[in-house]
Amino acid sequence: MTVSQSLTVNGKKVAVRVDDPDMPLLYALRDNLGLHGPRFGCGLGQCGACTVHIDGVAVRSCVTPLSSLDAKKKIVTLEGLGTPEKLHPVQKAFIDEQAAQCGYCVNGMIMQSAAFLATNKNPSEADIKNALAKNLCRCGTHARIVRAVKNAAKA
Amino acid sequence: MNTHFIPSRRHLLLGGGALVVSFSFAGSSGPAFAQAGAAAKTVAKDEVDAFLAIDTKGMVTVYSGKVDLGTGVPTALAQIVAEELDVALAKVDVITGDTALTPDQGTTSGSFSIQNGGVQLRQAAATARNALLIEAAKRLGVGKDDLTVVDGAIGKSGGKSVTYAELIGGRQFALKLDAAAPTKNPASFKIVGKSIVRRDIPDKITGRFTYMQDFRVPGMLHGRVVHPPAIGAKLESVDEDSIKNIPGVVKTVHEGNLLAVVAENEWAAIKGARQLKATWSKSETLPDQSKLWEHVRATKVAKEEVTSTIGDTAAAMAGDGKKLSAQYDFAIHTHGSIGPSCAIAEFKDGKLTSWSASQATHALRRQLAEMFAMPVENIRCLYVEGAGCYGRNGHEDAAAEAAVLAKAVGKPVRVQWSRADEHGWDPKGPPTLIDLRASLDASGNITAWESEFFIPQGAAAGGVVGLLGAELAGMPTAQQMAPGGVTGNSAIPYKFANVKTVCHRIESTPFRPSWIRAPGRLQNTHANESFMDELAAAAGADPLEFRLRYLDPADKRGRDILDRLAALAKWEKRPSPQKNNAGNIAKGRGLTYVKYELVRTYIGAVAEVEVDRTTGDIRVTRFTVVHDCGQIINPDGVKAQIEGNIIQTVSRTLIEELTFDRSKVTSLDWASYPILTFPHVPEMVIDLIDRPSEKPWGAGEPAAAVVPSAVSNAVFDATGVRMRSVPYTPEKMKAALRSA
Repeated sequence: MTVSQSLTVNGKKVAVRVDDPDMPLLYALRDNLGLHGPRFGCGLGQCGACTVHIDGVAVRSCVTPLSSLDAKKKIVTLEGLGTPEKLHPVQKAFIDEQAAQCGYCVNGMIMQSAAFLATNKNPSEADIKNALAKNLCRCGTHARIVRAVKNAAKA
Repeated sequence: MNTHFIPSRRHLLLGGGALVVSFSFAGSSGPAFAQAGAAAKTVAKDEVDAFLAIDTKGMVTVYSGKVDLGTGVPTALAQIVAEELDVALAKVDVITGDTALTPDQGTTSGSFSIQNGGVQLRQAAATARNALLIEAAKRLGVGKDDLTVVDGAIGKSGGKSVTYAELIGGRQFALKLDAAAPTKNPASFKIVGKSIVRRDIPDKITGRFTYMQDFRVPGMLHGRVVHPPAIGAKLESVDEDSIKNIPGVVKTVHEGNLLAVVAENEWAAIKGARQLKATWSKSETLPDQSKLWEHVRATKVAKEEVTSTIGDTAAAMAGDGKKLSAQYDFAIHTHGSIGPSCAIAEFKDGKLTSWSASQATHALRRQLAEMFAMPVENIRCLYVEGAGCYGRNGHEDAAAEAAVLAKAVGKPVRVQWSRADEHGWDPKGPPTLIDLRASLDASGNITAWESEFFIPQGAAAGGVVGLLGAELAGMPTAQQMAPGGVTGNSAIPYKFANVKTVCHRIESTPFRPSWIRAPGRLQNTHANESFMDELAAAAGADPLEFRLRYLDPADKRGRDILDRLAALAKWEKRPSPQKNNAGNIAKGRGLTYVKYELVRTYIGAVAEVEVDRTTGDIRVTRFTVVHDCGQIINPDGVKAQIEGNIIQTVSRTLIEELTFDRSKVTSLDWASYPILTFPHVPEMVIDLIDRPSEKPWGAGEPAAAVVPSAVSNAVFDATGVRMRSVPYTPEKMKAALRSA
């Protein structure tokens, strides 16, 4: 039976109509709301490509059932973090460092880093690496990503 | 320079026609650039129009058969064309991998996108520029040699000028590619050789980029394939009622052994595929993994290929002197793209349109034509960029499956593979077993070198891997073995008196093989350069000096690499292993050298490692590379590729190994097939040697080849223990230390 689930995404209240309230948030964002920032990588919470913020915390949307959410919880995706006209400092740092090869994982890298920097103002390089230890990149862009996050922390 | 681009190809992806309207060259007194009328755009590789178009505003469109696999290569291709045509980079747009629009420049693989693809584009642009100069000279009544081009305007200094748009805008060149058309003097390059920022990155950073996994077409349904529980299993029965309760399911498709669920939405397709009940026959086609190397050694040899033979190794090996022999092996690897394969197919009016992240859309088009017994003219394959692709992964297979499903339901269908589909069913980098033998005389000189490579038979680079979807559905697909150019770097760059290198091309290999970054060249260099280090140690020689002793004195570029590497890595001349390695953490350094396929990119590398004797953990702390790929188009792009090669190959060397039982792959996720993570990424020091007057060579994979041997050599330097079996897991390291 189709149900309507209210969500707050990127500052806007939206209603998502789904047949299964346990559908992971990732599919609602990508398929119902057309947001491409969060990506499907594993569906298992192992790679981080699907990461979004829920109330400021970096969360794996591929293993977050819609039923666990309501409109009071503030969901932010990469699209809501910053815009091409008004980049978030982490996004700007990623562009400055050319910190993407294929860029498929980069949503998770940015969302994880932005949440991390919000509560860690002056991280060491080791802190940054540990904060990103569960985000996978296959192209080998790690060194640039760490530099970008370091620069964003100073910004 | 800092230029951003707005990609304008989306209208093409969304099904725009492939017709190009051309007009006669009004007022031309010279050779007409084009005939009147509308014609399908040519993709013939000998035609300038296949590669280039200039519109009425002077905007240049580049049509490239080479695609972006995550390297940013379209930015470099645009640089080449902008440079050769003398137009601003912002005026150049690049369309890639559309069989209706782009020439067949072969598979995007083997580090050939610049070396071959870019060089073809450069020649097309040079031909175009030359023709435009001739035409401008006539129009302006000035000698051609007196003309210069400034951002697409041709004129004599201080005189009148005419623009490319005025000369050719919107019309076709109708010119054959001219190999003799003069190219620019590299000394005058303004765009080539600069680290131009990548055009795709801002969209990727802000979530605006459309990957294949994001791409949608109107009226599309979602498909999920239920791959068999065992390789070769036959579908015996399907209980379609088992998913009746899932709203949104449209159809259960079963064609032969291709079983799939098609649904109105993605989640219904996923749930349907998970819940669908089916029975399959048992199938046990795989060898016992614990006896993999015995299996490889016992596999029938289909063909022997001698890749080098100098002197008489048999006689030399029978003589006096110290004899060394060793077996090296390299595990089966998966590509591990972060985004699993995805494709969309649509059958309409007897024509098939296929969108995928295929490395080779023209080859895929021929494969789909074979599969559906359709004329190739009725098929259009379009490239849409996917997640990083390091070889032939599952994209073509997903494309074939999408086509079967689209035909079955009469609507466009998107097939998205799951993580388990990708880890389980993409073709694999085959297991590689190598035997090496050498003889040294009393002064520590190598008198003979022999090697045998047990590697799958198959086409050289450029082969085609059969389509899984066709195989499952019982449809035609040529199942040739195509592991990539795996004999590369079996021969060695060193001048020994007696050398024989033989490739035993074995008849079969446990999994459908394909190429993964530096196929064969990686595994073969691992063995050769590690064994070279064994010989240096046996001779009591410094590994760098030992190599220089045998490098061709005429090969100055090779010697330059090692000289610069010694300085950059602060190489301390001494034999390995180092003497002070008593502590729990043993530190060492290892050197390696490669001339890629013995004909192109040169690389020297030094790995610095720490080995924890208690846990067996190996950490690569620093990796230094000196890299000469000739003329560099975009230094930062080359650097990014080298970084990627180092990190990805450290991962492959230390951690990665496909696991399987007698029926199937068992490493189906990132927990069972882990890859290197941030805390383990080495510091990297990279020195690029730019040679603007030389040919541009590839950088996408050669640096991968130096990694495993550099690590093996560094571990030996640290501990005196030789690692010969990739991956160098802590268990193997501990066992080696125990038996030392």
